[in-house]
Amino acid sequence: MGSVTSNDTREFLVEKILKNYSNIFDKATSERLALIRRHKVEQPVLYIGTGTCGLIAGADKTLEAVKNYLSQRNLQAEIVRVGCLGLCSAEPLLDVQMPGKARVSFHKATEDKVEGLLNSVFHHSLDPEAVLGQMTHESQEEWPNIPVVSQLPYFSMQQRIILQNAGIISPYLIDDYIANGGYKSLYKTVLNYTSDKVCELVDQSELRGRGGGGYPTGKKWQVTLNTGSDQKYLICNADESDPGAFMNRAIIEGDPHRVLEGIAIASYAIGANNAYIYLRSDYTQSLAILEYAINQAKQYGFLGNNIFGSGFNLNIFIRQGAGAFVCGEETAMIASIEGRRGMPQAKPPYPAEKGLFGHPTIVNNVETLANIPTIIEHGPLWFKSVGTRESKGTKIFSLAGKSTHTGFIEIPMGITIAEIVHSIAGGVKNGKRLKAIQLGGPSGVCIPASNTETAIGYETLQDIDASIGLGGLIILDEDTCMVNLAKYFMGFLQKESCGKCIPCREGTRRMLQILDEVTRRPKEESSHETLERFKGVVELESLARVIRDTSLCGLGQNAPNPVLSSLKWFRDEFEEHIFDRKCQAGMCHDLRTFFIDASVCNGCNICLRKCPEGAIIGSVKMPHFIIESKCTGCGLCFDSCKFNAIYYK
Amino acid sequence: MLFDIEINNQPVSAKRGETIKNVLDRIGINVPTLCYLNGFTPTGGCRMCVVEVDGATELVPSCSHPVTEWMKIRTHSPRVLKARKVLVELLLASHHDDCLYCDRNGMCGLQNLAAEMDIRERKYHGKRQHIQVDRACQSIVRDPAKCVLCGRCIRVCDEVMGVSAIDVIGRGCDSKIGTTYNKGLNINTCVKCGQCIMVCPTGALSEKSQLQSVLEALNNPEVYPVIQFSPAVPASVGEDLNIKASKDILNLLRAALKKMGFRQVFDLSMAADLTIMEEAAEFVERMKNRDKLPMLTSCCPSWVKFLETGYPDMLPKLSGCASPQQMMGRLIKNNITSAAGQKAENIFVVSVMPCTAKKYEADTDRMKDGTTRMVDAVITTRELIKLIRMLGIDFSSLEPEAGATHFGIRSSAGNLFGISGGHLEGLLRSISFLMSGQELSSLKISELRGLKGRKEARIKIGKVIFNVAAVSGLANARVLMEEIKTGRDDFSIIEVMACPNGCINGGGQKLNSDEKNIRSRMKAIYDVDEEEIIRVAHKNPAIVDLYERFLAKPGSDRSKELLYVNRTKTAAE
Repeated sequence: MGSVTSNDTREFLVEKILKNYSNIFDKATSERLALIRRHKVEQPVLYIGTGTCGLIAGADKTLEAVKNYLSQRNLQAEIVRVGCLGLCSAEPLLDVQMPGKARVSFHKATEDKVEGLLNSVFHHSLDPEAVLGQMTHESQEEWPNIPVVSQLPYFSMQQRIILQNAGIISPYLIDDYIANGGYKSLYKTVLNYTSDKVCELVDQSELRGRGGGGYPTGKKWQVTLNTGSDQKYLICNADESDPGAFMNRAIIEGDPHRVLEGIAIASYAIGANNAYIYLRSDYTQSLAILEYAINQAKQYGFLGNNIFGSGFNLNIFIRQGAGAFVCGEETAMIASIEGRRGMPQAKPPYPAEKGLFGHPTIVNNVETLANIPTIIEHGPLWFKSVGTRESKGTKIFSLAGKSTHTGFIEIPMGITIAEIVHSIAGGVKNGKRLKAIQLGGPSGVCIPASNTETAIGYETLQDIDASIGLGGLIILDEDTCMVNLAKYFMGFLQKESCGKCIPCREGTRRMLQILDEVTRRPKEESSHETLERFKGVVELESLARVIRDTSLCGLGQNAPNPVLSSLKWFRDEFEEHIFDRKCQAGMCHDLRTFFIDASVCNGCNICLRKCPEGAIIGSVKMPHFIIESKCTGCGLCFDSCKFNAIYYK
Repeated sequence: MLFDIEINNQPVSAKRGETIKNVLDRIGINVPTLCYLNGFTPTGGCRMCVVEVDGATELVPSCSHPVTEWMKIRTHSPRVLKARKVLVELLLASHHDDCLYCDRNGMCGLQNLAAEMDIRERKYHGKRQHIQVDRACQSIVRDPAKCVLCGRCIRVCDEVMGVSAIDVIGRGCDSKIGTTYNKGLNINTCVKCGQCIMVCPTGALSEKSQLQSVLEALNNPEVYPVIQFSPAVPASVGEDLNIKASKDILNLLRAALKKMGFRQVFDLSMAADLTIMEEAAEFVERMKNRDKLPMLTSCCPSWVKFLETGYPDMLPKLSGCASPQQMMGRLIKNNITSAAGQKAENIFVVSVMPCTAKKYEADTDRMKDGTTRMVDAVITTRELIKLIRMLGIDFSSLEPEAGATHFGIRSSAGNLFGISGGHLEGLLRSISFLMSGQELSSLKISELRGLKGRKEARIKIGKVIFNVAAVSGLANARVLMEEIKTGRDDFSIIEVMACPNGCINGGGQKLNSDEKNIRSRMKAIYDVDEEEIIRVAHKNPAIVDLYERFLAKPGSDRSKELLYVNRTKTAAE
C-alpha cells in the first residue's frame, strides 16, 4: 500500500502543482516535483507490476523475493507497486531505478530470477536478454546498449494518452497522480466552467462512447443536463465481461485517479451529485484499489462536499455486479444497481432521460471517462487532432490469442488492423499463418486476414460490417476452426442471455443447437436426422436475421454476429463441415477421421485393444488399419500410439 | 398535441406520449402480444407486437415505443409477419405439445398465436424441458415447462398484489419463473389469490382442481353432498353460459346444482349477513374500549395470509370473525344437516368460489375441527362451469328454483360481499342500527362504490363520524398499512379484498375477464341491492331466527365458539 503522505507534501502538491495551471514552476518547486515524480531518486527504487496479470504471472512472489533480497543485504530501497504496463505476456515486470540512472525494466522476472537480476543491476552490468528496456529521462544517465521501452515495436506505434501513467506510477499514491498533472482538470472545471460549457467542450472533442455503442458522449450529456430533475446520476460502467477483454481493469489498476477525475468532471457536467461505479465482481484487485483511491480523493477534498470550494458535491459509490454479461447493458445495469434482476428495459425511454431510480442517468464506460481529464486539460481541438476525420482520439485494445505479444495497447484511431497484428503484436506466434481477427467481444465479428488493411475507426469498420465494440482483439491463426469458434461464442451468449425476450432466449439456443449438429458426427445418420440438419443450416441465416431484427437489447441484436460474419467470410469452412463432415483445423474433435500410417505402424496392438468401437483391425507386428465407417473419432488410438503412426484429417 | 403519422400507408393522427400500440388499438389494427397487459408498464419482452418503422434498423415493439411525428409504420409487412412467425416457432421448439391434456386447451394464448401464424409443422426441434410441476400449494399449480416467460404473472404479483412471490430465476434458456429458493409455492409469501392464473396466457398456471373429489362425492350413496356458493358466482356464471346476469340466474343456479345431485344448496350471502351481525357487535365492543382499531375485515384469506406474513403486528386489529365460507361450513356440519337427520362425518360440503385462496383457507387448521374439515372441497367458478358442462346441465331448460330452505334467505347486504366496498357498505348498515337504533339515512354509500383501488368515506352514525376505507389489490393495502404503521389513526374500519375490485374479479373467475365483465358483474350485484326487499342483515328473518333459536345474540359464547377464529394458532401454515 502507499506510504502516508505528510501534510506538507500534500499542501505543496495541491497549492503549487495542481492549482498552477501554467505548468511553469520556479527552481525550488521543480526540484521538489522531480523528487516526487521520481525523476531524481536518492536511493534505488524497485517497481513491481502487481496488476492482476502480473499477479497471475507470479508478481507477488517476485515482490517477496525482492523484499528478502533487500533485507538480507540490509539495503535501503523504495518498493513501488505499479499497474500493468500493457505487455502482459512479459509479466512479471520488475523495474529498477538506481540513483542518477534511467529506470530499467526486466521482463519475466519470476522469483527465481530476482537475485540474479538485482545483482546485475546493483553491479551495473545488465544481461540484455533479461531486460525489456529502459525508460529514459533527460536528467538521468542511460544504460548502454539497452533499448528504450517507448521505442520498442510494441510501444512505438502506440499513443498513450489514457495509459500514460499505467505501469509507471503507483495506483496507491494520489500524490503520484497529482505530481503528473492529475486533478488539474477537475479544479479547472469546477471553478471556471459551467455544466453547459463542459458538455460543449466534450461535444466539440467529438469523443464517442468507448463501451461499444459509439454514441457521441457530449450529446448524451447534454440530454441529461437539459432534462429537468431534482436528482441525476452518473454510472461508470466497469462491468467488463467480454472474454479476452481487460482494458478497463488495466486502467483502474494502473491509474485509478484518472477514472475518478473523469467521473467527477462528468458528474459536474450533467449535474449529478451521486455517481456509481458498477464493477465486475471478480475484479477484486480493482475493487481494493478503487476503494483506496476514493478514500484518498475524499481526504484531499477532491470528492465529497464542496469540492475545491465550488459548492459542487459528489459521492462515488461502488456496486459490484454478480457476474452477468447482460449487466453491461445500461438498462440492465441500472436494474441491477436498483437491486432488481439485471434485465434490460425497452428503450425509449433512454436512461439519459429516465434511468436509475427513475432519474436522468448517464452510463459511460471507464475508458470514455478516462478520456475526459485530457480533453479538459488540452482542449477539444487538441483531442480532435488525434485520430481520423470521423473517429477522434485513441482506443485501447486488448490483444489476445495467437500473437507473439499479448496485452493491451492504446493506439490512435486510423491505424490498420494489420499494423496492430504485425507491428505491435509481433505477428502470429510460431510462424503460423494469420487466419482472422476476432474483434468486438462475443457479439463481435471475425475479420478475415484479407481484410486487415482496414483502419480502426467507427465508420471504416462499419463498412466491413464490423465494430470496435469494447476493444477485445483476438488473433486467430490457421489452426482455428471458424465454425467451432462461432459455436463457442454462441454458447457464451446463449448462456448469458437474460431470458427476457424470446428471440434472444430461444433463438440463440436454436442457433447453438444447429452449430452443434454441424460440428458433431451424427450417432446414426438416419435420413430424418440428416434432413433436419440440412434444414437447420438453411435456417441459420434466416433465424439470425430475425434475432437481429427483433431482440430487445444489444446482446440479442448482436448475438448472431459471429455466425453471420463467419458465414460471410468462411462459408467454405461451414460447407466442409456440413457436406464433407471434415474439420481442417482439427478442432471439431467429433469430425476427425483417423488413419494409420502403414509405414510407421509396427503392429504393437495397443490401439486395437484401446478402440472401444472395434474399428481397428490388424495382426501383431503387421501394420494396422482403421475401418472408417466404424470409427467414431474418439481419438483414443491417437492418444495411445507411442510411435506417432496415427494421424487425422 | 396532435400530429400525423402514417400506418400501413394511411394517415392517422396521434398524440404525443402515446405508444404505437395505443394508436393501433384506437384505429382497430390488432397486433399479437404475449406479455402486454393493459394498464401496466410495457416491458417489451415478448417481441410479438413488433412493427416496421421507416428509418429504424430493427423492428420496434409497438407496446413500448412512443409515436413521433411523421413516423411511418407497417404493422403486417412480410418482414414483420416472418419475424412473428419465427418467434412463435421458437417458443414451440421445446414446448410439450400436450395441448389435448392441458387445462388451457382452447383458451391458450400460445395455441391461438400458432393458429394465427398458420404454423403447420414443428420447425425447430429442441429438447423438451423437464421441469417438475409444482403442486405443493393448495390453490395453484405451476407447470414451468409450459411457461413462455412473458412475465405477466410477475408483474401482477408485484404491481397489483405487492407480494412478489415469484420472479425469474436462472439465465439464458434456463430462465424460468421461480419462487424463493425455487421451492414450492406453499412455503413462500404467495397469498394464493390466483391473479397470476388470470393473466397467464398458457397452461403454466392453473388452479388445483378438486373436481374429481366432488364427482366422487356426488356418486357416493353414503355421502350427503351439499353445496354453498359465493355471491360473486351468480353475478358472473352466466358469462360463459351466454346467459345475462340477472336475479333469475340465482334461482337457475340453485336448480342446476340440485340437478347435479347436491342435496342442499346454500347461498353464502346468508353467511355474509351473519358475518355482518358478528362484526358489527365486535366493532361496537372495540369502539367502546377504544381498542384494536381500525378494525380490519377478515373475510379474504389472501389478505389474512398477507397480513400474517407481512404485518404480523397488525393481526390483533383483524376482526376475529371467521369468513362466511368458514361460518357456513361449520353451521352446516354442526347444526343444519343434523336437522335433516345427517351425521357430520357423512356430509360433504363443497364451496363454489370466485377465488383460489379459498382452497387454501379450507385446508388451514382454522377450518378444521380436529381432523374434520368444515369445507371438504372448494371449486372455482371456472371449475363449476366445467362441472355444468361435464354433467350435461342445460340452463335454458331449467326451472328456476327459489331458496326453499330456511338458510336460503339472505339480505342484499350480504350479497354485496362480492364487491370491494360492498362488505363495508353492508356492515355499516347494521352498525348504524346497532349503535343508534336507526337505519342509515341512505343505505347506498356511493363513496364506497366504483372501480377505484382505494375508496374512503366519512359516515355519520348518531353523533359520531367514522372514517372508513375499502381497499382492493394488496399493493394498495400495503400502502395503507404503511400509512397506519407510520401513525395514521383516523380510520375506524378498513375493508380489504386482495383482488382488484374484489371477489367479482377473483382468481377463480372466467379467464381473460376485461373491464366490461367487471362492470357487468358489479351492476348485477348492485341491481340486486336495488331490487331486494330485505337490504340489511339484521332484518334477515333467517338471521333473526338463527339467533333466537341457536346463537342467542351476536358475540355470545355460542357465537364465539362457532363463528370466530383463534388467530394465535394461524400464523404459520
